[in-house]
Amino acid sequence: MYDGGKILAGIAIFLGLVLLPVWHNAVVASAPRPEVKTPTHEKHCVDSAAVMRASHMNVLDQWRDAVVREGVRTTVTPTGMTVSMSLTKTCMNCHANKKEFCDACHNYLAVSPTCWECHVEPKGSSS
Amino acid sequence: MKAGRRSFLKNAGLGALGLAASKAFPAGAEGAKAGGGPRWAMLIDTRKCLEEKECAKCAEACHEAHNVPTLPNPRHEVKWIWKENFREAFPDQEAEYFDEVLTSSKMLVFCNHCDKPPCTRVCPTQATWRRADGVVMMDWHRCIGCRYCVAACPYGSRSFNWIDPRPHLANVTPTYPTRTRGVVEKCTFCEERLPEHRSPACVEACEAKAMMFGDLADPTSEIREVLRTRFAVRRRPGLGTHPEIFYLV
Repeated sequence: MYDGGKILAGIAIFLGLVLLPVWHNAVVASAPRPEVKTPTHEKHCVDSAAVMRASHMNVLDQWRDAVVREGVRTTVTPTGMTVSMSLTKTCMNCHANKKEFCDACHNYLAVSPTCWECHVEPKGSSS
Repeated sequence: MKAGRRSFLKNAGLGALGLAASKAFPAGAEGAKAGGGPRWAMLIDTRKCLEEKECAKCAEACHEAHNVPTLPNPRHEVKWIWKENFREAFPDQEAEYFDEVLTSSKMLVFCNHCDKPPCTRVCPTQATWRRADGVVMMDWHRCIGCRYCVAACPYGSRSFNWIDPRPHLANVTPTYPTRTRGVVEKCTFCEERLPEHRSPACVEACEAKAMMFGDLADPTSEIREVLRTRFAVRRRPGLGTHPEIFYLV
C-alpha cells in the first residue's frame, strides 16, 4: 500500500473529529437527565405518566383539533376526570412553571415546540 | 351474456350521468342547512350607537379579551372591530337624502360572518371555514399566511400579522392566545364564550345596548322579532355573501 501511514493517520484524524461528541461524552460525564418537578396538589394527570411522557404532544394535537375544528371543548380522560381541553387552562394550571416543567425536557432534547409563540404561559412562571 | 360495444357504451353513459347527478344534488345538503342548532347573528342599532360618538367600549372589550395589539404603524394594523365612514361601510347604498347625522358618521364594522363567505373558499389549507352555527372560524395553527382570504374578503375584515404582536400588547389576557407573525386574524364572534352561554364581549360591553346577539334559526328569538318589525340593512348585499350582521338605520 502506497502511503499507508499517511492514509491510516488521515482516517484516524477524520474519525477523531467526526466522533468528537462521542469522545466528549465518554471522557466528560454526559449532560444530566432533566429533573421535572411534578405538582404536589394534584395526584393525577389526564393520563398515566408513561403515556404523557411519550405522547403528550399527540394528546395536545388531538385536543387542539377537537376544540378548534370540531368545537368540542371538554373531554373525559382515561383517568376519569372531565377536563377542558386547553393547554393554558388545564395543563398549565397544574404545571404552572414552564421553565421548570416544559423547558427542562425540551432543552435537554433540543426540541423547540412553537406552542408559546401564541399561547401565553401563566404569570410568574418565569421567576 | 355477451356484452357488445354498443351496450357497454350505453351503460358507461348511464353510469357517468348518475355520478354527475349525485355530485350536483348531494343528498341531505338541504337537510344539513335546515338541520337544528343555532345560527348566530348580530344586530347593530346605528342610532343608539351614534348617540355616543366617542364611545369605543366595544372595541376595548374585544381587544382586551382577544389580545388584539395596538401597532404603531397603521399599515400593520390588526382589526377585529372598528369604525368605518358610512360611505365606506355601505358604498353601494344610495344615500343622497339620508340624514347627515348618519352619512357623516362612522359605522361600527367587523367580520360579517357571511352565510356564503368568500374568504373560506380560497383558503388553500382549510384554515378558515364556516361552522354549522354560522361562525366563520379560523385555525391559526393551520394558517400559512398566504393572505388569499384577506384578498377575498370584500369587507376588509381580515388582518395579517406583519410583525410579532406580543411586544405591542399592554396587558396580555392569559386565557386567550396571542397570534404570531405570519397568520391572518379577525373577529371570531367570541366563539370561546358561546358554549358558556355568554354574549360576545362587544355586546356585553355596550352600555347603550346598541348591539344585539341572537339566533336566527329560532323564530321566537329577540333578534328575529326586531328584524320582523324594523327595517335593517346589510353591508354590500349585491355581492351575494349574505352577511349575518344587520344594521338598523
